Amino acid sequence: MKKIDPSRTDLAHEFKAKPYGPHSPDLQKVLSVMRWRETPGKHVLVEIPALSQWVLGRLPASRGEPVELYDQTVFDRHEDGLWHLFKIRWEEHTGQRLESK
Amino acid sequence: MKLNQQKGLLAYADEISRQPGEAIEFKVSSSTPGAFELNIVQIQCGDDGPGGPGLKQTPVNASANGSYPARFQKTQVGSFIRIPSSEAFSPSALTLQALIYPTAPELGEQVIASHWCPAKKQGYALLIQDLRLTFEVTGSDGISHTLASDRPLVAGRWYLVAVSIDPDEGEVTLHQLIKEKGLELEQQNSIVSSHLGVSLSKLDAQFLIAGCAALDEDNDPLISQIYNGKIDSVQLHDAALDLPSIEASVLSPQQRTLVAAWDFSQKIEGDEVIDVSGNNHHGRTHNLPTRAVKGWRHDGTEMNWTHRPEHYGAIHFHDDDLYDSQWQTDVFWEVPEDLSSGVYAAHLQQDSEEFYVPFYVRPPRGKPTARLCLLVPTASYYAYVNNHMNVDWGSLIEQSSTCFATLTMADLYLQNQALFGLSMYDDHSDGSGVCYASRLRPMLRMGPHEELWQYNADSHITDWLAEKGFSFDVVTDDDLHAEGVSLIEGYDCVMTCTHPEYYSLPMMNALLSYQHQGGRFIYMGGNGFYWRVAYSPKFPGAIEMRRAEDGMRSWIAEPGEYHMSFSGELSGLWSRSGITPHELSGVGFSAQGFNFSRPYRRTAASLDPRCAWMFDGIAEDEAIGDFGLVFGGAAGSEIDSADVRKGTPSHALVVATADDFGADFHWVVEDYHHAHSAVNGEICPHVRCDMVFYETPNGGAVFSTGSIAFAGSLSHNHYTNNVSRLLENVVNRFLDSEPIE
Repeated sequence: MKKIDPSRTDLAHEFKAKPYGPHSPDLQKVLSVMRWRETPGKHVLVEIPALSQWVLGRLPASRGEPVELYDQTVFDRHEDGLWHLFKIRWEEHTGQRLESK
Repeated sequence: MKLNQQKGLLAYADEISRQPGEAIEFKVSSSTPGAFELNIVQIQCGDDGPGGPGLKQTPVNASANGSYPARFQKTQVGSFIRIPSSEAFSPSALTLQALIYPTAPELGEQVIASHWCPAKKQGYALLIQDLRLTFEVTGSDGISHTLASDRPLVAGRWYLVAVSIDPDEGEVTLHQLIKEKGLELEQQNSIVSSHLGVSLSKLDAQFLIAGCAALDEDNDPLISQIYNGKIDSVQLHDAALDLPSIEASVLSPQQRTLVAAWDFSQKIEGDEVIDVSGNNHHGRTHNLPTRAVKGWRHDGTEMNWTHRPEHYGAIHFHDDDLYDSQWQTDVFWEVPEDLSSGVYAAHLQQDSEEFYVPFYVRPPRGKPTARLCLLVPTASYYAYVNNHMNVDWGSLIEQSSTCFATLTMADLYLQNQALFGLSMYDDHSDGSGVCYASRLRPMLRMGPHEELWQYNADSHITDWLAEKGFSFDVVTDDDLHAEGVSLIEGYDCVMTCTHPEYYSLPMMNALLSYQHQGGRFIYMGGNGFYWRVAYSPKFPGAIEMRRAEDGMRSWIAEPGEYHMSFSGELSGLWSRSGITPHELSGVGFSAQGFNFSRPYRRTAASLDPRCAWMFDGIAEDEAIGDFGLVFGGAAGSEIDSADVRKGTPSHALVVATADDFGADFHWVVEDYHHAHSAVNGEICPHVRCDMVFYETPNGGAVFSTGSIAFAGSLSHNHYTNNVSRLLENVVNRFLDSEPIE
């Protein structure tokens, strides 16, 4: 399977600018690889309608266990939350952290 | 910020469609003491999301409105068989035997069969414990004994298991014999014996298969240690049989010693469990375990259980099956005679928690109160409610939605509270697919405020009809299944909602008959009439479906288990089952994608005088629906296309088409025969959304949008837009009594 090239930070910039797409063919491949992430321990967003916010969460290993919520990592825009998830997956795949800027 | 991941205020109703004068009962549970408020409301629109029309609900001056004491109601989850109490189940000498096919032996203690009195703490149980077949028994002396197999059970294999008690010798013997053909398998057999000196006490207690009687922390009865897997040919004897006799009795029950022999291949279509011993220890299933599944006798010679039911002598139990929550009624209400047909709900409020219980008021039978009828797809609602897709689908949810997973509060509740049961989009805890769905339980994702899918997306239609001043009646799939074309033949026009995906044969035939009689039919959705389902008079409020053979499937039915237990019909896609969606609506499911919707473009056929009237006020080169609440356009989400070879009438006009859907839309899997990569919307010509019109006999006509997203565009610019205009032209023409020829 395709390995994510950590030097292609241009694709990260592309995602940050347009998290919903449409995306370039190279970014589509990167996202497809990232989306194969297994469920246990997967980071997700949880929408809180009452606050119009999204909180970072992490899925448990099995049904019946609560989703771990990171109360300090909250986003006012869904797009910002998606960018945060992208950075997490990027690091999982490449071992390298994307600069926040 | 501390999010509560448990939903405290929950409710459901005993019925979902009522006519004036009929009663409806609301069953409520609250984890908080005090009182809840209940108010009946009429729902025009439930979409209060960004850019949406907003929540539009009107209070109904109902006698049921008021404050009620809140109480917690318990839910028994998991399926099992209960046989009424008898002392015959505790003979002094005993053999209990069964064929078992465990599917998740790793999921803790699971009881295969038991005769246990929790109050006296006496009785016996044959169970799986620490992966091993185990027999536990407590006699009249109160002393407990346990005997376990010396070999672990392997998931997905048939075993003959038996325990015998010889009181004369004081010996208990446990047998575990694998019944599969293979080289390595005999080593998994196990026979262990022990001199336990057991003396069974006579218990007037029920006999349970797939569970054990217990008491909860409040000393209320419940069934615990629910078994996951199949069980076949359970027998109880009043003698300690040796292994040859046990094996012989499987093939031909040894009448001389039988106390009971339950034959699950009888009465497969219902909840009855028949004892063929002659002793009439008949029982019933609870919570809809899966029937019409291959038993240990299945040898591949027959794939339809109705032809050879003896090959389908197993029942598949699950610890998460749920048919009926069986809560007590808190609020009773008789629908007033003068209440107009429409979409209603009981709105419950307690402190900061609220909950909606949707229901529909239909017109009195045979007495339409409008010329237009909205057909609400309750069968499809049942299929989706309480789904765990966002969590349990794993990578599939992100690959199909082309977005990182975003959960809602409903996802958190479903993850944490087993009382909701599962949906037809989920797997059971043992990995098998869920083929039954019921409304007799609290339903999440079906009410205002929810995502724009099914119920809430459909409220865009009721909102538009109300805003445009169209008078309409509301009927449901349940009504259509029960009454057929007589339900709708009095209407000039019948309109669907956005995603009528699950259809029974009587429903399909009703719509076809309506069209043949000259009715005008508007298909307002995408991916409609796709899966074949069955209702059952034996299980009111439930539907069944098997994800057979092909299709965009969340799970795949076991080969040989494509025929539904409710009816014996082959389930799966309607397109493989005799009536295609194209025959009903001119279009069929062609592609899906969940990020960008597209506008339609008029085709040359749209200039045909047969249909030019529907484009009155819309320019020939206008993009139709390059706006909307569902991914920004009128054609999108799940989309359909026309195909004469599949049943689109040859005279049908494709009046508009949307294409260029992009790389995240994909052609449906059932339509391509070899795997290849040219299936996305950038490069696949089949990723297309066709708007279709055609005339039907006796002055009727069909108009199909072929798009789930269509209704999401209606409210744009205060309902003044070309999607709204187009639909208004169609509805007005379809309500015009002048024949369409």
